[in-house]
Amino acid sequence: MRYAKSSSATTSRRNLLLGTAAAGAMFAAGCTSNENNDDGDNAKQAANTANDKPGKAVTIGFAGPQADHGWLNAINEQAKRRAKEYKDVTLEATEGSNDTAQQIGQIETLINKKVDVLVILPADGKALTQVGLKAMRAGIPVVNLDRIFASPQAYRCWIGGDNYGMGLNAGRYIGEQLKGKKNAKVIELAGIDNLELTRQRTEGFNDALKNYPNIKKVGRQAAEFTVESGQAKMAQLLQAHSDFDALWNHDDDQGVGAERAIKQAGRDDFLMVGGAGAKHAMDAIKAGNSVLKATVLYPPTMAASAIDLARALGQGKGVGGLAELEIPASLTLYSAVVTKDNVDEYLPTGFS
Amino acid sequence: MSRLRRLADLRNLSLVGVLAVLIAVGGFTKPDEFLSTDNLQLVLTQASVIGVVTVGVTFVITSGGIDLSVGAIVALASVWATTLATQDYGLGGILLCAVLVGLGCGLVNGVLIAYGGMVPFIATLAMLASGRGLALQISDGKTQVVTVNQVLDLGLPDAYVLGIPPLVMIFAAVTVVGWLVLNRTTFGRRTVAIGGNAEAARLAGIDVRRQRLMLYLLSGLCCGVAAFMLVVLTGSGQNTNGNLYELDAIAAAIIGGTLLSGGRGTITGSVLGVLVFTTITNLFALNNLQSDVQQIAKGAIIVAAVLVQKGRSTP
Repeated sequence: MRYAKSSSATTSRRNLLLGTAAAGAMFAAGCTSNENNDDGDNAKQAANTANDKPGKAVTIGFAGPQADHGWLNAINEQAKRRAKEYKDVTLEATEGSNDTAQQIGQIETLINKKVDVLVILPADGKALTQVGLKAMRAGIPVVNLDRIFASPQAYRCWIGGDNYGMGLNAGRYIGEQLKGKKNAKVIELAGIDNLELTRQRTEGFNDALKNYPNIKKVGRQAAEFTVESGQAKMAQLLQAHSDFDALWNHDDDQGVGAERAIKQAGRDDFLMVGGAGAKHAMDAIKAGNSVLKATVLYPPTMAASAIDLARALGQGKGVGGLAELEIPASLTLYSAVVTKDNVDEYLPTGFS
Repeated sequence: MSRLRRLADLRNLSLVGVLAVLIAVGGFTKPDEFLSTDNLQLVLTQASVIGVVTVGVTFVITSGGIDLSVGAIVALASVWATTLATQDYGLGGILLCAVLVGLGCGLVNGVLIAYGGMVPFIATLAMLASGRGLALQISDGKTQVVTVNQVLDLGLPDAYVLGIPPLVMIFAAVTVVGWLVLNRTTFGRRTVAIGGNAEAARLAGIDVRRQRLMLYLLSGLCCGVAAFMLVVLTGSGQNTNGNLYELDAIAAAIIGGTLLSGGRGTITGSVLGVLVFTTITNLFALNNLQSDVQQIAKGAIIVAAVLVQKGRSTP
C-alpha cells in the first residue's frame, strides 16, 4: 500500500509538472499562432467527449471472473488502476467468481446498489445473458467485456479481443517465416478445448495456413491454460513429432510450462509463437535466446478501456477522437504480433 | 494369510494385462516414438508427481478414509515454496517449505478427523476449498517462475543418473518405502485393521485416533514432496497446480484394487493404475487424438478395469 501511495504521489506531482508545461506551451501557442478560427468548434466537441477532466460523478460496478490466471488477474488490475485515475469515478468491484450462479448474485447486488454503469466480464457469456438484460431493463447501461452475451439487448457496448484474429495473425506470422521452406510442418498447443475462444483461435490459425500450401499442420493438443498442463502436453507433442518447424501456443501462461518441456527435451530446431502477451514472454522475445520468437496479443488493457467507456456512458459523452456523440456499440481490439523488432513498444502492456 | 495376500496381489495381473495391451498398441501404432528411451523417460516422469500423491492416498483409503484435499495441498505447497524462489532461498529451502506446508495441511486434516470427529469427506473438502483459496491469495493469481538454478537443473537431462530422471527416482523410492510400510510394518497392519473394522481395532488395543492422525500427515507429506517435484518439472508455482489430482489419485488407487470402503490396499496396484493412465495419455498424444476422445477413453478404462476386478473377486 505504501508503494501505491508514494507512486500516486509521484504521478500527481508529475501531472502537475506536465500540466504547467502544457499550460506554458498553450500560452506560447496562443501568442504565436494566428489560426484561432476553429477554437470554438474544438471547445464544443471537447464538451461532448470524455476526457481526463473531472465531470459528473459516476459509480461503476465491476463484476469479473476469478483471477486464477495471469491474464484475468491483469484484467482486474487494469480496471482498478484506471478507475483510480479518475477523481469522478467510484468503482464497486465484486469478488471474482467462476461460478455462474454466484456471479449472477453479485451482479444483482450491484443492480440493487443502483450503480450508474456496469462493467461485466462474465465467466460464461451465454449463461449470464439474463442478468445483463435485467440490468439494462433497470436502466443501468452494461459494458460487456470480452466474453460476449448471447443477446445484443443485454449490453450497451461490447469491448473485447479478437480470438479469430489472434489465430489468423499467428498463422500469418508463421507462414511468412516459413515461406521458402518446402513441406514445412507446424504444430499447435491449444487452450481449453471446451471454450469457444479456443475453437475461434484454431479456426483463424487454420484459415491463415490455407494461404501457404507449403505448410501442413501435423499435430494439435489442447492444454488447460495452466503451467502444469502446458508442460505435460508440450512434452507429449515433442515426443510425437521429432521434427517440425513452428509451434503456436495459444496462451503465454501455459507457455511457461511449454518452454520448460522444450528445454527439458533439449530441442531448439523450431520457432515458437505465443499468445496473450505476458511479460515473461516479451522478455524472452527481447532476449532472443529461446525458441520463442513472437507472441500474439490479447491485451488485458481492454479492461482499462472498458472503464473509460463506462465513465463516458455515465457522463453521457462520446469518446474523444471518434466523431461520435455516443460511444460505439462494439469495439474489437487488434491482435498485434509482438516480435523482437517491436517488443519495446509493447513491453509496458505485458502482464505477469 | 500370506497366501491370501498373494492372491490379492494377483489382482494386479489384470492391470499388468491392460498395461501390456497399451504398450503393444503403442509399439504397433508408433513403433519409433513410443518405445524410445526418451518417451519411456517421459511417461515415467509424468507419472511420478501424481504417483507420489497416489501412494499417500492409498494409505488413507486403506484405512477407510478419503483425502479430497491432495490437489489443493499440492497447489498451496508449490505456490508457497516458489515464493521463496524469488527471495534467494536455495533448493533446500524450497524443498523444506513444500514438505512443511504439506505436513501442516495433513496435520489440520488429521486433527479435525481423528480428534474433532469430522467425517473425512467433509474435513478434506474444507481443506480443498481453503487450500485453493490460500494458494490463490499467496500467488495473487500469478504464475511464480522459479529462477533458482539448482531447482531448474534437477529437471533437465543433465541430472539423469543412468538414464533415470531424479523425479522418477523419488517416485520409485516413495513407492518402495510405501510398499514396505504398508506390507511389512506394524503401522501398515494397523492401517489395514482400522480400515477393516475400526471398533475391533480399538478393542485390540490400537490407538485409532493417533493412527488416523498419522495417516493424514503421511498423505500431506506425500503432497508436499509431489509439490516440490512439480516445481522442478514446471519450473514454476501456480494456484492451478494439482488440478483434479484428488480424483486421479482416487481413481488410480481404486482401479489398482484398493477398496474404497477400506480394509484392503495395494501400493503396487495404485502405481500400476497411475502408469495405465499416464500411458493412455501418452499414447493418445502420440497418435494425435483430441482431448474429448481422451476423456471418453479414460472413463471407459476406469469402468472396464473395475468390472474386470469385480468379475475376479466375486465367484
